[in-house]
Amino acid sequence: MLDISAWFNDLLADNLIFTPTTLGYYWEGLVTTTQLVFLSLVAGLILAVPLAIMRSSKHKWISLPVYLYTYVFRGTPLLIQLYIIYYGVVFIDGIQETFLWPVLKEAFYPALIAFTLNTAAYTTEIFRGAIKATSKGEIEAARAYGMSQNLMMRRIILPSAFRRALPAYGNEVIFMLHASAIASVVTLMDLTGAARFVYARFYAPFDAFLFVAAIYLCLTFAILYFFRFLEKKLLAHLRPQNS
Amino acid sequence: MKKLLTVSLLGLAVAAASSAHARDYDNVRIGVDVPYEPMEYRTAEGELTGFDIDLGNALCERIGVTCEWVEQEWDGIIPGLMSRNYDAIMSSMTINDERRQQVLFSDPYITMPSAWFAPSSLDISEANEETLAGKTIGVQRGTLQDNYVTDNFSSVADISRYSTADDMVLDMEAQRLDIVFLDFPIGQSTLLDSEEAEYVVVGERISEPKEYFGEGFGIAFRQRDEALAEQFNEALAELQEDGTYDEIYARYFGEE
Repeated sequence: MLDISAWFNDLLADNLIFTPTTLGYYWEGLVTTTQLVFLSLVAGLILAVPLAIMRSSKHKWISLPVYLYTYVFRGTPLLIQLYIIYYGVVFIDGIQETFLWPVLKEAFYPALIAFTLNTAAYTTEIFRGAIKATSKGEIEAARAYGMSQNLMMRRIILPSAFRRALPAYGNEVIFMLHASAIASVVTLMDLTGAARFVYARFYAPFDAFLFVAAIYLCLTFAILYFFRFLEKKLLAHLRPQNS
Repeated sequence: MKKLLTVSLLGLAVAAASSAHARDYDNVRIGVDVPYEPMEYRTAEGELTGFDIDLGNALCERIGVTCEWVEQEWDGIIPGLMSRNYDAIMSSMTINDERRQQVLFSDPYITMPSAWFAPSSLDISEANEETLAGKTIGVQRGTLQDNYVTDNFSSVADISRYSTADDMVLDMEAQRLDIVFLDFPIGQSTLLDSEEAEYVVVGERISEPKEYFGEGFGIAFRQRDEALAEQFNEALAELQEDGTYDEIYARYFGEE
């Protein structure tokens, strides 16, 4: 243990930029980015499932509002959505006195709300595509067994739709990680925020940004391997069988 | 391989030509981070104005060159100078040793203290580790105020860093920030004159220690443009001599 810390100190001894203090900022950034992306993805996923079912509904009055929502959130840049939610809300008169203010006051929650709504919109569309692609044969078979609409949705359509959506959803997760880089414009000290801080303080763009790019790469690798593992597990039935 | 050699020789030739040209400017591009009232901002008509702008234009006129203002966000303003997006920076930049390793400064053309600004409801008379404990402090990212606050208060308070002073003032009005640390005149024109709420200066104006607050604002040049810096220094001395400087100063800060 002592060896490692001595080695680490040696490693840091000869440079001005990567001191324990700035590495602390990067660490803080890593934690913030991970929290932000993870929580918004989980919340987005939970929102997206019912929305996708509504979006696939035959009734216009159910599917149209969801369509409008996904159209708006996929049709505008995430940065603009973040600005509107973070800076826009303060122009609502008396917002400071409402119970919402403790939440909106912090930079973290407006960013989380913007990211969640954005990823939920994309995920809804991914799931809708997967639900639509359910083969007619499966549905007819389910009906032949006398399954109700609900039961069929729960047992047949959704499980196979999730599997079909998996590769596309893996992409969405990676996009979300990279999109989270804009969180620093609303003062959040995320990974990019830490890099911008180091850059502005030491005027060293290459060191600051290459280092943070390497961290993003590692995170992306972790996500890639997680999804590859999931696909292996869940899509096993699609692989050619070795007899 | 041969092609590569030709290309790199060509590159060298271009570099040599431009560095020869660099000694003799007839058009000086000046980098500036807008808005930073009253030093540099836009009027309602969209016209660039402010103390830096007026003084910079007067200096260029005196030297006999044309000035072109190039807008650049603060946290990339020194790298922008290095990568030749412009030839000088005149943007309320405090002279200090850290920056001096990167750029060549003119003589200071104005000295400006920093100060703490807070809503009167905050009700503290002095900013120190005790009174700031648990508060959220706003600063502009990469400024000397950022360095000062980061080094002295990051263990007791939360620090929010902004790209522009405007965003920071907006969040102050939104009550997301408890207190901000700014160049005094900037806080004066953006916060003290604000109609939104009542703001006060907390404690004395601060310009010590010098390792943070430097020696005043200077115009920054690339290290090797010594001749250009010298021209600006001479012109500055002349303007201070003949009263032009005082006139511009009075336009933005009132009579001394």
